[in-house]
Amino acid sequence: MTSTTVTPARSGFSLSEYITCLNGIVWREALRFLHQRERFVSALVRPLVWLFIFAAGFRQVLGISIIPPYETYILYEVYIAPGLMAMIQLFNGMQSSLSMVYDREMGNMRTLLVSPLPRGYLLFCKLLAGTAVSLLQVYAFLLIAWFWDIAPPTIGYLTVLPALILSGLMLGALGMLISSGIKQLENFAGVMNFVIFPMFFASSALYPLWRVREGSPLLYYVCLFNPFTHAVELIRFALYGQMNWVSFAVVGGCTAIFMIGAIYAYDPSRGLVRRGPGGGEA
Amino acid sequence: MWRRCLLTGVSAWLAAITPASAFIAYVSNEKSNTVSVIDTDSWTVTRTIKVGQRPRGIEFTRDGKFVMVAVGDDDTIQVIDAKTQQIVDTLPSGPDPELFAQDAAGKIMYVANENDNTVTVIDLEKRARIGDIQVGVEPEGMTISPDGKMLINTSETTNMAHFIDTATRQIVANVLVDARPRFAEFKRDGSELWVSSEIGGTVSIIDPVKREVTGKITFDIPGLRREAIQPVGIGMTKDGKTAFIALGPANRIAVVDGASHKVTKYLLVGQRVWHMDFTPDEKYLLVTNGVSNDVSVIDVAAQKVIKTIQVGELPWGITIAKP
Repeated sequence: MTSTTVTPARSGFSLSEYITCLNGIVWREALRFLHQRERFVSALVRPLVWLFIFAAGFRQVLGISIIPPYETYILYEVYIAPGLMAMIQLFNGMQSSLSMVYDREMGNMRTLLVSPLPRGYLLFCKLLAGTAVSLLQVYAFLLIAWFWDIAPPTIGYLTVLPALILSGLMLGALGMLISSGIKQLENFAGVMNFVIFPMFFASSALYPLWRVREGSPLLYYVCLFNPFTHAVELIRFALYGQMNWVSFAVVGGCTAIFMIGAIYAYDPSRGLVRRGPGGGEA
Repeated sequence: MWRRCLLTGVSAWLAAITPASAFIAYVSNEKSNTVSVIDTDSWTVTRTIKVGQRPRGIEFTRDGKFVMVAVGDDDTIQVIDAKTQQIVDTLPSGPDPELFAQDAAGKIMYVANENDNTVTVIDLEKRARIGDIQVGVEPEGMTISPDGKMLINTSETTNMAHFIDTATRQIVANVLVDARPRFAEFKRDGSELWVSSEIGGTVSIIDPVKREVTGKITFDIPGLRREAIQPVGIGMTKDGKTAFIALGPANRIAVVDGASHKVTKYLLVGQRVWHMDFTPDEKYLLVTNGVSNDVSVIDVAAQKVIKTIQVGELPWGITIAKP
């Protein structure tokens, strides 16, 4: 005779259960990152190529204007450093969304989603894990940039941390939202062309907005409404120990919207991806 | 042990947050015919004083009570009371005074008059002109050796540094330097005289005893044409270990090692950087940027530009009271 144990239905979970879940997801992401040394190197090489090669040819581009948060004239490489930090996070956000597509294709996501904890919480943990990885990359970049004479005030290395966490969450949530709509890994190239490049180039990462406005008023407004611009500006101000409230509000608001969108999209009953007859992914 | 650590930490923190004693800097604005007064505590312009036409050379009197400013197009030197910040007097220079130097006691002043190839000697106590010295064409740079025996004047068109005996007021030697010498500065120990050549793009190092050029500082900034590098103002720390040279339209200050005469760093400042002065504690160096109409503040120890302050049009000279 076989006996079956019936687990009584539970209304909630303890804090330690939440922490175990968070720990599991963050640790898995960290291990994955540490095992992929090429990913770490490529995440660093990309901004460094911009810094060492692209910026070298544009040293005089900023003209005579002193723009906040800077209090004096700066070289172009100093200007683009916050933009490149945000670029690291943008690529990282998209890459972790790519890993979600991979997980879904390989079936690993089922393991994650069988967890009884709320789906929104699972996604948030995944987001935090991705942001933590991006922080490692950004600080490694800042260390190398320091040797390139990009030395913000010492306190800036600390004050930039909350800004990086918030912008990392926003870009990660955006990646998550996008990943919910991608059925196959191959489609990710489209994300590159339609999301990463337009977001990066139509922002204040490479040129200050006053300079963009001189060239094209329309592009100026596109840049102004690009959340990535505000992520860059939030990081730029925080790196110099200052607060940009407008950017903070935009980045905070966008994080919430993208996160809610992602939770909605990953809900099997309402999700954006059409499911197969058995409820699994098509 | 931990108490000592804590105490050291707290005192270091207190030292860091305690504001440095404020100094007052006066900047002559060549085009707007004004002098901007800058508070070095708040780094703001606290007052703008209307002066004569084309103010350039500017310096505190040795007692720190007055600021003298050469107003070239009015052919005179105006005296500003540092307390009331009002013009209280004028000094009799020759036509178009540009730069000037005072002796250590602050009694005699020598003025380079750009338009009549003379240096005017003024008795500061009597505020009277007591003599003229004929020099080369377009005299400009003026400095006195630390022992007070030799006055140096550079003439822009003759391309020479003239050595003038302060006792006899006669030229005793002429040293040929590169084109358009603008400024001269002695090391505090008197071992070297540095002369900047604007068109030549060099700073000549002169042995004041032998009265000959012993070396030259050259500049090379990647991405900039050689013609854009035009050395003008020179600032040297009291210990002679570090010098700062304004490179005009290169928009850079070159940091030069005082012993090896090698450029160690270039600092980006505003457009057409011209003259400079240290705060008395040598913590900061303030430089005037003529075309961008501002003054940049350099942290001397960190060798970093920390701030740029908007002043009047075409800022030229700067002076900070020495206690």
